[in-house]
Amino acid sequence: MEKQVILNATQLELTLNRLSHQLIETHENFENSILIGLQPRGIHVATRLKKILESILGREIQAGNLDITFHRDDFRRRETPLLPSVTNIDFSVENKRIILIDDVLFTGRTIRAGLDALLTFGRPAQVQLLILIDRRFSRDLPIQADFVGKKVDTLFTERVAVEWNEIEGQDRVLLFSKEANETAQR
Amino acid sequence: MKQLSVDHLTGIVDLSTQDIELILETAQRFKEVINRPIKKVPSLRDITIANVFFENSTRTKLSFELAQKRLSADIVNFSASNSSLKKGETLVDTINNILAMKVDMVVLRHPNPGAAKFLSEKVNAKVINAGDGTHEHPTQALLDAFSIQEKLGSIKGKKVVIVGDILHSRVALSNIYCLQKLGAEVMVCGPSTLIPKYIDQLGVKVSHNLRTALEWCDVANMLRIQLERQDGAYFPTLREYAMQFGLDKNMLDSLSKEIVIMHPGPINRGVEISSDVADSKQSIILDQVENGVAIRMAVIYLLAGRIER
Repeated sequence: MEKQVILNATQLELTLNRLSHQLIETHENFENSILIGLQPRGIHVATRLKKILESILGREIQAGNLDITFHRDDFRRRETPLLPSVTNIDFSVENKRIILIDDVLFTGRTIRAGLDALLTFGRPAQVQLLILIDRRFSRDLPIQADFVGKKVDTLFTERVAVEWNEIEGQDRVLLFSKEANETAQR
Repeated sequence: MKQLSVDHLTGIVDLSTQDIELILETAQRFKEVINRPIKKVPSLRDITIANVFFENSTRTKLSFELAQKRLSADIVNFSASNSSLKKGETLVDTINNILAMKVDMVVLRHPNPGAAKFLSEKVNAKVINAGDGTHEHPTQALLDAFSIQEKLGSIKGKKVVIVGDILHSRVALSNIYCLQKLGAEVMVCGPSTLIPKYIDQLGVKVSHNLRTALEWCDVANMLRIQLERQDGAYFPTLREYAMQFGLDKNMLDSLSKEIVIMHPGPINRGVEISSDVADSKQSIILDQVENGVAIRMAVIYLLAGRIER
């Protein structure tokens, strides 16, 4: 399996900073806006953005983690049951502006499930989608992001992984290309 | 990825410690779900479950039904009072008739010990035991463990006493297995007529004195006297039982530490537990009921993941 670095630590930091400024352009001082990271990997993007936004705006920003396991469309289509992660949304999303955050946008199925899961917490005024890496031209569903860190062209057999200093020990985005005969997770 | 090692939940005795921990962990997520404004998830919308109850039940049946509805499963209910069992049909035939209507899972309560296990070997569906006579009641034990863990942080090393009619109690047996697998110490306490002869073989302590037992424990699980199962005189009168083994506020307050009070319900106020104890701050009886739905959602969800498509 060959790997290639799409973004290194410096580039990733620049991208996150740009995304934060783009968010401020639209959401101003975040009075009515909430960041929601999708479990398991979107929460790291959300945590970083929250930190940057708070240092720019000088105020605390509401954020939460959302697990989508129970809303997925591939339950019982896999060998083992899908196991859930933690959801912590201890506030109402009623009439709020929600920014849904994930690391990689691929088929769009996770986001579809995320939207369903989010709506069980109330009726938000608006939902926007922020994605760190958009694997474009690979959608199964009509879903597009409002804020994109970087767009990449990939094959279905390839895999994109976002790694974080807190977990993998290094900030970077990788592209893994598998052998063509290896079946991809589709 | 982690999954259950069993295809059916017929008894705690068949579960590994990992299985129990997986169920408790999954239940934690479902407890969060049932506290959302919209308490329903679509996971099991292609699954049909039959609740087959050959014995009366209010809370367990309600709890299973709510769990199934909150997972979006389709359900059918069947109870002995209006069944064709009276017309001479066998259990396996009854269930196979229900399964012929494309049912994926059966929740069974039956007066005969081993009924769920027997059924799981005979029919092509996942079976969940909702109580088989005086044998096991696994989801009750799981929700009790979940409630203890929630209240005390962990179960390992904790001391739990089960008080009352151990002989006729499926809750007691399932609880003993479950708590021991999670590393707790278990004691049973009651009149010697209501304690099975060789129960110490299961590795539990035995006491016939309520105060001694309560001073020893962190958690007391007070069981109901199951008059409907008692075929003889096990103690002179209910009043005498209540005086020796009933827990009242005076006794509770006189203990050297604060213990947690549990009860699987239904409560006979004034017999095994007095009203002020049942309603006290130390009682987690209603938390047990809430947790019951989350536990049953977890069990159904994890077993449904093992249904072949």
